[in-house]
Amino acid sequence: MTDLTGTGIGRGIARGPVARMAALPAPPQDVPSQLSPEEESQRVAEAVQAVAEELAARGEQAGGQAKDVLEAQAMMAQDPALADAVSERTQAGKTGEWAVFEAFDEFRRTMESLGGYLGERAADLNDVAQRVIARLRGLPAPGVPDPRHPFVLVAEDLAPADTALLDLEKVLALVTIEGGPTSHTAILAREKAITAVVGVAAAEELTGGEDVIVDAAAGTVITAPTQEQIDDAEQRIAQRAAVQAAPMAPGALADGTEVPLLANLGSPEGAAEAVELGAEGVGLFRTEFLFLSSDEAPTVAEQTESYTALLQAFGGRKVVVRALDAGADKPLSFLTNTEEENPALGLRGLRALLADEQVLDDQLTALAQAQEATEADLWVMAPMVSTVEEAQRFSELAHAKGLKTAGVMVEVPSSALLAEDILGEVDFASIGTNDLTQYTMAADRMLGSVSHLQDPWHPAVLRLIREVGAAGQSTGKPVGVCGEAAADPLLAVVLVGLGVNTLSMAPAALSDVRTELTLHSAEQARAVAQAALGASSAAEARKAALAASQA
Amino acid sequence: MSASRTVTVASSSGLHARPAKLFVEAVQGTGSTITLAKGEKSVNAASILTVLSLGVEKGDEVTLTAEGGEEEQALDTLEQFLTTDHDA
Repeated sequence: MTDLTGTGIGRGIARGPVARMAALPAPPQDVPSQLSPEEESQRVAEAVQAVAEELAARGEQAGGQAKDVLEAQAMMAQDPALADAVSERTQAGKTGEWAVFEAFDEFRRTMESLGGYLGERAADLNDVAQRVIARLRGLPAPGVPDPRHPFVLVAEDLAPADTALLDLEKVLALVTIEGGPTSHTAILAREKAITAVVGVAAAEELTGGEDVIVDAAAGTVITAPTQEQIDDAEQRIAQRAAVQAAPMAPGALADGTEVPLLANLGSPEGAAEAVELGAEGVGLFRTEFLFLSSDEAPTVAEQTESYTALLQAFGGRKVVVRALDAGADKPLSFLTNTEEENPALGLRGLRALLADEQVLDDQLTALAQAQEATEADLWVMAPMVSTVEEAQRFSELAHAKGLKTAGVMVEVPSSALLAEDILGEVDFASIGTNDLTQYTMAADRMLGSVSHLQDPWHPAVLRLIREVGAAGQSTGKPVGVCGEAAADPLLAVVLVGLGVNTLSMAPAALSDVRTELTLHSAEQARAVAQAALGASSAAEARKAALAASQA
Repeated sequence: MSASRTVTVASSSGLHARPAKLFVEAVQGTGSTITLAKGEKSVNAASILTVLSLGVEKGDEVTLTAEGGEEEQALDTLEQFLTTDHDA
């Protein structure tokens, strides 16, 4: 047995056979072939035949629209025009790999230049070429494997396109060789509550079919497990399943301190599932979905209808609705200016709403009408508040409409530092950790090259959250967290230790966070938070918190 | 020997996507060598890539040319294919 270490995402544990996601084959070199043109053509013909058969078989299995796409791909692999182009090159003494690479590339470019539907098919052709080249080299086909049984997926890292194709019913756990706690894989794992360990450099050695235990709580992958380890893992898997199947208790610490667990939602349709997963209400309801697909703002009547449906789904529970957060990565033609050089630092969120108050006025009117029509406990908050004046203005407007509870999102360092003054003007604060991290670290959250800085464990971020937690306590006003951070069970303990009263997250993450909270008292949570605050990097903070939580 | 026929395409998405794939299958099924021409450009009708590259839309006139025996029968089959709306 060996333990491979990385960063665990969540607290899950899983056991099963490894399936590797094969890397894309490196592009071939144009070197002279050592084989005769006939031998090269023969190799290519066999590879093409095998790839076409595999694609057709997958299409047969997939059915529906995927079947058409895969069958069309199989047909492209065997295309006579492509075969001629390949043969021309093997006749000239090129290797099969180079001939396929160059001939497919030529067709791909033609298709791309034609655009539209054909442009989209160019990617399909590229995929076929990579499969044929991998086959010629005796390598497994690139992409997500399909071993037809549950498996532990081991990959370099997952791209968004890969995760779209993942059959989550079959994936027991994710292990990545690269990537960190903020990689796409980690985000997916948190959102779907999949057991994952990322950044496991030694996972390079894992081979398909090998039996492993993936322990996210410990951040390890155990290879060749002993019977004892297997029994331990099976027992913990059963325990977790039992906890998740048990009747849902409200979120609370070991000493009974209540920590309501809420859901982040983007449309009314998710409400029923969130309740089923134990959401005690909604901590962040994003209203953008009502606006993003339209050229103009929806009417007051349309908005009232949507908000009423949402509030009804939650009965008398708390629902925190965020006013329209447009701008930056969510531009809206009727509200935001796309000409800005740094839209994340521009007229976005509440700034955009105050620049054109009609949209905000309509939204608040609709929310007030929905509040009247239902039993729900409606809270309304403003996005991207950076000054006390903005908080005051929003609070006035919301209360004037008859909205009972008006608050702000703390996403900018200035509002974290002025939290006490801001809380003096409003009824509550909710910390948006993704944006707060982006602005604290001056690292664009959409930019891959600085994604290592987008980590809410960074002590700089934690210290700002401490300011907000302390302000909540001194003013007696509630402080919540809605963001990626609340879905990380250990970080959730830290947040509570920093003075946060409620946590809101993707519904799938609720169960793990609920379980973790029951393991610590308020005093222990404060000690875990102190340990994290004293660190000087995100990785150290995580490590210090883990050690303190096990003390 | 060769035979030609000019046909107006009825499929609502022309020879894109699914209809293109089905058309090429039909061509391969005839066992004849078929050329498909639109305007000045003429391509091997057994190649999905070149057929797609013609960008045939609904209502376009295309010319089918068959060689290699059973030409009329092959053209009948393909004409029937092209004058049916496969996206309906």
